[in-house]
Amino acid sequence: MCCLIDSTKITTDVDSLRSEIRDKSVRVIDVRREDDYKQDHIPNAVNLPLAHLLSDDSPERVLKLVNSMGIDDEIPVVVYDDTFGALASRVAWTLEYLGHSDVTLLETTYSNWKSIGLESDSVTPEIQNKEHSMKLRPDILATSDYLEDAKTRDDVILIDNRERLNFLEQHIPGAINLPYRTLATTDKILRSKDDMKRLLENRGVTGDSEIITYCGSVGTLSGLAYYALKSVGLPNAKLYVRSFKEWKNLQKPTEKQEDANYWDLSAE
Amino acid sequence: MTISDLKQAAPDSVKSKINWARMEEADNFAKTVKLFRQGKYDESSFRRFRLQHGAYGTRMTGDYAMVRIKLPAGEVYPDQIEKISQLSEQYSIGSAHFSTRENIQLHWVILEDVSEIFRGLAEVGLTSREACGNSVRNVMCSPLSGVCPDEEFDSTPYALATAQFFLRNPMAQNLPRKFKFNFTCCEKHGMVRMVDVGLIPQIRDMDGSAQRGFKIFLGGGLGNRSFVGHQLEEFTPEEDLLYTSIAVMRIFDRLGDRKNLARNRMRYLVNDMGWEKFQNLVLKERAVVRATQSVITRLDVDHSPNQIKRPIQISDESGSDTAPDGYSRWLKTNTVKQTQLDYRSVFLTLEAGDITASQLHALADIIRNFSSEGKARSGFEQNIALRYVHEDDLPSLYSKLLEVGLAKSGALTMTAPIGCSGTTSCNLALTNSHRLAKEIQRKFLELKLDEDVDLTDSSIKISGCPNSCGQHGIATIGFYGGGARVGKDMYANYQMSLGGRSDGDTMLGQTCLRVPAKRVIPVILKIIETFKQNKQSNDTLKSWIHRIANGNEDSAIKSIVDIKKILEPIIVPPTIEDDPDFYLDYGSDTSYHTKTGKGECAA
Repeated sequence: MCCLIDSTKITTDVDSLRSEIRDKSVRVIDVRREDDYKQDHIPNAVNLPLAHLLSDDSPERVLKLVNSMGIDDEIPVVVYDDTFGALASRVAWTLEYLGHSDVTLLETTYSNWKSIGLESDSVTPEIQNKEHSMKLRPDILATSDYLEDAKTRDDVILIDNRERLNFLEQHIPGAINLPYRTLATTDKILRSKDDMKRLLENRGVTGDSEIITYCGSVGTLSGLAYYALKSVGLPNAKLYVRSFKEWKNLQKPTEKQEDANYWDLSAE
Repeated sequence: MTISDLKQAAPDSVKSKINWARMEEADNFAKTVKLFRQGKYDESSFRRFRLQHGAYGTRMTGDYAMVRIKLPAGEVYPDQIEKISQLSEQYSIGSAHFSTRENIQLHWVILEDVSEIFRGLAEVGLTSREACGNSVRNVMCSPLSGVCPDEEFDSTPYALATAQFFLRNPMAQNLPRKFKFNFTCCEKHGMVRMVDVGLIPQIRDMDGSAQRGFKIFLGGGLGNRSFVGHQLEEFTPEEDLLYTSIAVMRIFDRLGDRKNLARNRMRYLVNDMGWEKFQNLVLKERAVVRATQSVITRLDVDHSPNQIKRPIQISDESGSDTAPDGYSRWLKTNTVKQTQLDYRSVFLTLEAGDITASQLHALADIIRNFSSEGKARSGFEQNIALRYVHEDDLPSLYSKLLEVGLAKSGALTMTAPIGCSGTTSCNLALTNSHRLAKEIQRKFLELKLDEDVDLTDSSIKISGCPNSCGQHGIATIGFYGGGARVGKDMYANYQMSLGGRSDGDTMLGQTCLRVPAKRVIPVILKIIETFKQNKQSNDTLKSWIHRIANGNEDSAIKSIVDIKKILEPIIVPPTIEDDPDFYLDYGSDTSYHTKTGKGECAA
């Protein structure tokens, strides 16, 4: 990893994380529910359940949470979950938005970590408060107002990361659909760089376009997509963090695939 | 780590010996899509290219495709099923669809993602190449070939060899129209007279030694006009199988109608020319083919036997010996005894062929754990057959299937109707035949009609338009969709036919009457009621209707017209004020109107 420029480091591989944990040179965040965390987790990981974060994700509150997890501007942060990286992505993005410059995702899920027999424990580590600065990154955030304006520009690509049937039924006009499942492989939360590049290039997601991702409600699936875009070095990605739920509540225009009963093809 | 975390080692996964895929076709497809989008490839050449690679158009949009994955001879392996599960979640709607011709279809795939599906398929040796377009479509084989008590030998290796010979073969890339082979096991399991080339394995005695060969039927097929195939000759020895196939295709290639797209299947050529003339041409052409091959051309038939190895059963943790509720019903309506002692073939019925990604995923392990041949077969009826299941393993298989929602009973009965994709995805569809099939299955299982032995050998098949993808013509009770109106208000309406069959007595159903979509279920129930009142003691619904259709019935109901009279009161449309629901097709909450795009079967 040493020879790659920092901004392309999106995930941390299992071996690197284990040695960083041994060196105590990393802060690991487990974003699963508290009960799951208490049962067992990656050694020395702290717990930040996503719901806890989302109950108030204003920068001031996030700063307090970050400080209480012993995170200063310098320490590298690795985030993991058990939901194919989507929840972890949302937390990672929040730290990035606050201004933390070294936050990555564990390359795999906690289930997979355990199934390959790696260490875990149930001890909650003692954490000393730290002082993190606040240097917000508005360049990685899209609000509904911003999106509405951006949509009128030709060089903006809007990506909907929900499942296909949901997309067919309703989406933000002009969006393309890249279901979150396409981003992962069987054992990694993100495809290899070459595979991801090919997938995105086929879909016309290339170059210097500004790319905005969104999903159903809180920016988890689209958070993963945000990191997928970054993993192939696309420089200008933004997350519409309030996503389709807010868009609909604001009664902004939507689009649907007409004249077909696609739901009836589903075996659910 | 505790012991319980250790994964139970799964039995060895059997893999396909044949690799049908070519990875470079994925890259080529991706490149061509880009050129097409840039306007460097014209619409009709692109369509031909797309279809040749197995990607079909989708209802009312050029942005999506349907990818039709071929399962030659119907065979499918656990690793392939796992891959299709993954692909359906990534690029489709989280479900896959088993077709009536042993394909698995992924619908609503973004055209630009099709090449990614090809890549995934290539990893497990599968292809969709020549699954659409004017080529040799998937070569089918009976799901019971090799285990059927009535067959003379297993035709599976011949089906696979035929598929291998014609796939990517230059002679089969630009036929006048699509071309289909069906191999079967025996007369009863049928489907050989409703296809371009249908084959039943036969053994004849030649001077004291047994000689393998086939009964070959030519020129049948279902469609806007359907025809029953003709038997070429008494017996076609196995060494003539390939020569005969080539000869038939050469004649079709030369004489088939390339202009009139609506009637260019080989059955029209046979019909126009007359069977005897066509038959003579084939026999002469075969002599030419046989004499002019520069090298000996043979099918590469793999006769190595299947490994039959009963997977080691992990003992039931609950320790209970009693089978779960519904087991005996399922056993009766979903399984058949094989030639092989102690083994059964188990059929899984899917609602109109649809299966979720997670069910597919579970199915892969179920096959590994229960099928002694380690693979599965796609059936003729949008279903799946698990063969070589040991009798003793049936209760625990049932429990496993129950856990994942695949234990629906009635797979081998009339309660498992066929429904084509209809307005869920097809450009030509007029009605939601797909949903109607599901509604009928749900209702009939609720009424436990699957347990009624009088109904077992009957079938219900539904197409969303006259083009017969739902095979309505060979159903005991068949339907094809259209629209009707009362004043300005339209409703979905089906033409119903009775008495179709695809076995040794193959015939097409006879038109009875038009039935509004929302009256289809009551009409079928009325037919059953009438049958019960008039049947002879050993009658089944099928035999009773067959007698009526052939004018051989002398009870109160003598003809299809008599049945029609009984049903007519049910089909009278109510006013839209009295019953607004009548005017909505299944699965729709907006007023019904017929709307179709361009078909591309003929492209």
